[in-house]
Amino acid sequence: MAKHHVTTTINGEPAEFLCNVEDTLLDVLRDELRLTGTKEGCSSGDCGACTVTIDGRLVCSCLVLGVEAEGHAVETIEGMANGEQLHPLQQKFLEEAALQCGFCTPGFLVAAKSLLDTNTNPTETEVRYWLAGNLCRCTGYDKIVRAVMDTAADMRGA
Amino acid sequence: MKVIQYEAPGSIDAAVALLADSEDGRVLAGGTDLLVQMRAGLRRPGLIVDVKKIAEMCSIEQRDGGFIVGAAASGAELGEHAALKAAWPGVVEGMELVGSTQIQGRASLGGNLCNGSPAADSVPALIAGGAIALIAGPSGRREAEVAAVVTGPGQISLANGELVVAFKLPARPAKSSDAYLRFIPRTEMDIAVVGAAVNLTFDDGGTCTDACVVLGAVAPTAVVVPDAAAALIGSKLEDSALEAVAAAASAACNPIDDKRGTVEYRIKVAGVLARRATVIAADRARSN
Repeated sequence: MAKHHVTTTINGEPAEFLCNVEDTLLDVLRDELRLTGTKEGCSSGDCGACTVTIDGRLVCSCLVLGVEAEGHAVETIEGMANGEQLHPLQQKFLEEAALQCGFCTPGFLVAAKSLLDTNTNPTETEVRYWLAGNLCRCTGYDKIVRAVMDTAADMRGA
Repeated sequence: MKVIQYEAPGSIDAAVALLADSEDGRVLAGGTDLLVQMRAGLRRPGLIVDVKKIAEMCSIEQRDGGFIVGAAASGAELGEHAALKAAWPGVVEGMELVGSTQIQGRASLGGNLCNGSPAADSVPALIAGGAIALIAGPSGRREAEVAAVVTGPGQISLANGELVVAFKLPARPAKSSDAYLRFIPRTEMDIAVVGAAVNLTFDDGGTCTDACVVLGAVAPTAVVVPDAAAALIGSKLEDSALEAVAAAASAACNPIDDKRGTVEYRIKVAGVLARRATVIAADRARSN
């Protein structure tokens, strides 16, 4: 059977790709579209390394079929910076060294941006629960949580 | 390896026709169980029917004083629905305990039920609340109590071609509410060792007039505990009634030993959680 032809929007730009039914959105992003900022960790929805948004809703791209992207708007880590201008979360993660090996970082950033888009003043508890589905195997959680809190404070002040 | 067919019909009738024509079709709602099972090689359906283009399966509507919750509506959508959360806080908090923020963006009540896990977090509160599963199939529509849908671990009573379209939650009387508590070894991202849902109604004098207590993860399916309800109805939730709830809950358990908890531990915790969930549901009900 022929591959499915999928028409979608990725980071605001029209995109199309061919995929088999069992190919996940993560497979398509990385292997077809070469958007390799989205990482593959567990491929079972536990680690959050593959986090993207679909129509603004946070999801694990390993648990979405590529064919399901038809007609929807996908946002990945590649769409977070505005050209050379880093998103405030990206800037803060660098300034405060909220990353060690960096593998979990795109997922954390996409998830944290999704939180701050709807809650500009989260408590530390809210940040920790929101990010509970993102694992950092370097265990750098404190710096990550602090960077998200500090970014929120900066963005409120701006 | 066989090719998987993918369809995303726009109507219930089309979904039923597709499923009825296939020997190994699977419904895809959020995919948070199905895709994991496919990845692990546990399942390779010949047909995947994505139901998220069917409006009736994704919407949350108020009807006749109660709610019709689409079987494919996501946990996040349930959590954002203020009226549903106010009327059915136990059902919503059960669903919201399923997985992370990312999983909440996709996981659904219908999927949580039809996956058939004994530890499914949204199921005890649906049963306690008297929710009805609205089912469509080749011979038309039918209704079933939620407890009748799951028959064992991974086993459901739906016939070939049938699917759960939505859940009907009844109108809430005054002084009535529900609660769900789950015990896991950490605070997030784990599977229930024990779950306990309680749905209560009181009269104006503060006497309990209706009660249902349901446990999860302590038997092959969710367990209704009639003895706990009997201890509550007619009481004002005195200590003796709460102690009877805990004892009845512990007595109703038929759990397994696994890495999350021993038989003895689950039996003990079931009583503790049933009692605590009763107190929470009562506080909510009395303030309604």
